[in-house]
Amino acid sequence: MADAPIDFRTAPDRYRHWKLSAENGVAYLTMDVNEDGGLRPGYKLKLNSYDLGVDIELADAVQRLRFEHPEVGAVVIRSQRDRIFCSGANINMLGLSTHDHKVNFCKFTNETRLAIEDASEHSDQTYICSINGIAAGGGYELALACEQILLADDGSSAVSLPELPLLAVLPGTGGLTRLVDKRMVRRDHADFFCTTAEGVRGKRARDWRLVDKLIPPSKLADETKKIAEDVAARSKRPKAGKGIALPAVERSIEGDAIRYDSLTIEIDRERRAAKFRVKGPAAAPPADAAAVHAQGAAFWPLALARELDDAMMHLRLNETEIGTWVLSSQGDADLVEAYDALLAKEASNWLVREIVLYWKRTLKRLDVSSRSLIALVEPGSCFTGTLFEIVLAADRSYMLDGAFEGSNQEPATVRLTAMNFGPYPMGNGLTRLGTRFLAEPSRVNELKDEIGEALDAETADELGLVTFTPDDIDWEDEVRLVLEERAGFSPDGLIGMEANLRFAGPETMETKIFARLSAWQNWIFQRPNATGPEGALKLYGTGKQSKYDRKRA
Amino acid sequence: MSIDYTQRIPNNVDLSSDRRLQRALENWQPRFLDWWKDMGPDGTLNFDVYLRTAISAEANGWANFGYVKMPDYRWGIFLAGQDPNRVIAYGDNKGKPVWQEVPGELRSTLRRLIVTQGDTEPASVEQQRLLGKTAPSLYDLRNLFQINCEEGRHLWAMVYLLHAYFGRDGREEAEMLLERHSGDPDKPRILGAFNEKTPDWLSFFMFTYFTDRDGKYQLASLAESGFDPLARSCRFMLIEEAHHMFVGESGVQRIVQRTCDLMKEHKTDDVRSLGAIDLATIQRYLNFHFSVSLDLFGQEASTNAANYYTMGVKGRYLETRIDDDHVLTDSTFDMDTAEGGRIVRKTVPALSALNERLRNDYIEDCARGLIRWNRVIEQAGIAFELKLPHRAFNRRIGAFNELTVSPEGTVMSEAEWKANEHKWLPTDEDRAYVTSLMGPAVIEPGKFANWIAPPQRGINNQPGNFEYVRFN
Repeated sequence: MADAPIDFRTAPDRYRHWKLSAENGVAYLTMDVNEDGGLRPGYKLKLNSYDLGVDIELADAVQRLRFEHPEVGAVVIRSQRDRIFCSGANINMLGLSTHDHKVNFCKFTNETRLAIEDASEHSDQTYICSINGIAAGGGYELALACEQILLADDGSSAVSLPELPLLAVLPGTGGLTRLVDKRMVRRDHADFFCTTAEGVRGKRARDWRLVDKLIPPSKLADETKKIAEDVAARSKRPKAGKGIALPAVERSIEGDAIRYDSLTIEIDRERRAAKFRVKGPAAAPPADAAAVHAQGAAFWPLALARELDDAMMHLRLNETEIGTWVLSSQGDADLVEAYDALLAKEASNWLVREIVLYWKRTLKRLDVSSRSLIALVEPGSCFTGTLFEIVLAADRSYMLDGAFEGSNQEPATVRLTAMNFGPYPMGNGLTRLGTRFLAEPSRVNELKDEIGEALDAETADELGLVTFTPDDIDWEDEVRLVLEERAGFSPDGLIGMEANLRFAGPETMETKIFARLSAWQNWIFQRPNATGPEGALKLYGTGKQSKYDRKRA
Repeated sequence: MSIDYTQRIPNNVDLSSDRRLQRALENWQPRFLDWWKDMGPDGTLNFDVYLRTAISAEANGWANFGYVKMPDYRWGIFLAGQDPNRVIAYGDNKGKPVWQEVPGELRSTLRRLIVTQGDTEPASVEQQRLLGKTAPSLYDLRNLFQINCEEGRHLWAMVYLLHAYFGRDGREEAEMLLERHSGDPDKPRILGAFNEKTPDWLSFFMFTYFTDRDGKYQLASLAESGFDPLARSCRFMLIEEAHHMFVGESGVQRIVQRTCDLMKEHKTDDVRSLGAIDLATIQRYLNFHFSVSLDLFGQEASTNAANYYTMGVKGRYLETRIDDDHVLTDSTFDMDTAEGGRIVRKTVPALSALNERLRNDYIEDCARGLIRWNRVIEQAGIAFELKLPHRAFNRRIGAFNELTVSPEGTVMSEAEWKANEHKWLPTDEDRAYVTSLMGPAVIEPGKFANWIAPPQRGINNQPGNFEYVRFN
């Protein structure tokens, strides 16, 4: 691909599409999309429509509000444009994009919407959407991610999901699921709503639970402010707290090596694999929460989470043919354990809570990255507690039994901490251990007895914590074979299989959103009725009418 | 409430035998009258006005003159005669018989088009509700009221379609047409230009010349609709719309006439000292109204317009007289647009350029009135020519929005444009001056305000001193 790589690092002073301001405990995220500010040439971001670039800024703002603004208890999403809130994902952009870019785009926007809900639910930073005009498709889906939706009652402002009638596809950011699962809109009302291109406005929108409150447009700004300030006043976030700055994540890309402070990645193009090496902390953790504040973004768990996050985004978007991520680590397990102990001890501190929540989201991002995940536990590694979640996230893990010949390193061990038993649930609401041992829930309890133990390969195998434990004679071949085999399979087949196997257990709104997204995107989005030469998505904007294959499959 | 339908609501849609429609209109009619009393011409309920009422769609039926109190005006429902062999003239459905019922898949599209058109009709009545207080003559006052009543009838025409063909949603939309109000910050009219004020009679004449002419082109495109009842409604409305534009064209012409007469008589350019409107001010008003009316045609590249065409719901101006394939999927269109800070000529797919094509037809039509106005100036021997500004001048919608362009079509910096704006668009001072001329209404039959000449002939050939409005 000749396009320049997409960089996910940004900051408010570089935003082109959003304005971020704060007053009286309320932050205002104001959308004003720059028409000519598309990430790629060939389309204009008209009517506050968005592409990945717009959402990268939104995700950055959502993240910064949590870390940099402890005093903010409510966030208002609104539009700068007259009578237009947001018209959703830019259709011309979708038409010009490759399939994998579209999927990546939808996945990222979904993660951003979930991060918004996570902030409302877990950080007491509640999102409120103030709609001053048309909120169509992704525009309404953005509203659906907020806890309250306020709609101007002017006889024309409407919310809509016109994807089916206009484009023959479905809303790509959880719209259908949130409609019936989150807002509990009656299914017959939802059916009418989703087949009516112009959407629903006014009293009917409120009666049908599509929005929460109708406000005359002349009062919309003031009422929104009042509602948000009330919500903010009830928030338990520290109003006098001081945020920490999130400077740009530093990285260097040289050839096939990507280097961060606590993470390096080497790309093996022949095997279509990227080897992640996570580095443990260099020194003992700070004494308490105050000292964590003092370290700020340099605090090792936070720094590593940000680097992992950035690396995953980079590889997802810019290295689409690198299908296997090999996960390894290096460092002092005792230090990692000490950091986990600090995170557990200071769990009630707002910043520490944010860091743990961020790790939760980062690990979830790993779960849905559409890559084969192979963990390698070698001597010198430090897969302990929080870092052991990476092993648990992998589709398979290989742990060296004993040491490499001629090496004086101690044999590899892994270690559990309290962090493996609750703070990092997957999308299905269960911990990775809980999901792993779905058949034997008591086993998870028994594992608590092992907390803090250095578990060698044999024990880890016995406890079911790793997949295979080859010795040094077999190791190299085993690893080579799994990578080569993986590289030989169909990427589509692998993605589907892995996603099916990873998320055992109960359905949640989140698992439904991702599962149904991949189902429809990989079917409806690919079918001629949408993307064929006479499909609705292909012809949108040309004035030509789509011709559908009328067979129900 | 029982209504004698043929008497109360003249119609050619067999209203008396359609119970569903009767029920709907019985409900809506009182609300319409309340709206007329609240938002129609201010303080006029008791006036007897010499109005033309359409009582049938026959050649002799559309123009019946007589004194009427406006709340008693018989707002009728008329569709132009039906052609049983009419087929859709364009798009994917070209050659198929026109629809007598709304096709399900086009329901919301058609409803939106009808609502957008319908919303402009009462809007202009609201915009003009205070003008009667400053009318320059009984003749002009009567013309204003005629237009107001006919805009009301056009609203009825659209409401009829909503009630007859769109079920419950249509009834709700019909109610909303009375709930939105021009300039209301909470429930504004749909299109921006219909939320502006019409503060004086020069603005009114310019509005009826330029903005009602947009209405003519929209109606003419809808008159090509494959949905036959809409097409027939719009064809009948066009007859009345022509009168509105006549009021605008002759109104401006009479102002120009008066100005030229005074210039000639007093051998001066300074007609303001004589209580008339100078030609330069007229040009600035013209520039303003022309440019905001151009915006009403929408974006140059329009997906909606293309879809409407392909579906067969909205055609081009005089579609059937155009010599091409009427499908346009392989056709192109040359147009001016903005790119990289310049005005450039581009060849684009014809389907996406339908708004621009209609705008072209409109501009050509606008130019005709200027020829007549300039003839008046020329006959007075005055060296001045009224001109239409360049299409890129003072635009808010479409590609030219990003440029600052002079009326001659020169692209310039925003600073330079701002520095010259007072030469091109009405200044606060211009507006204050024109407002200052708007004295109390001239109500003596045969008399006219000082800044406007009498018309060449009266309504329905009535004499010059005819009492068009009786105040009671």
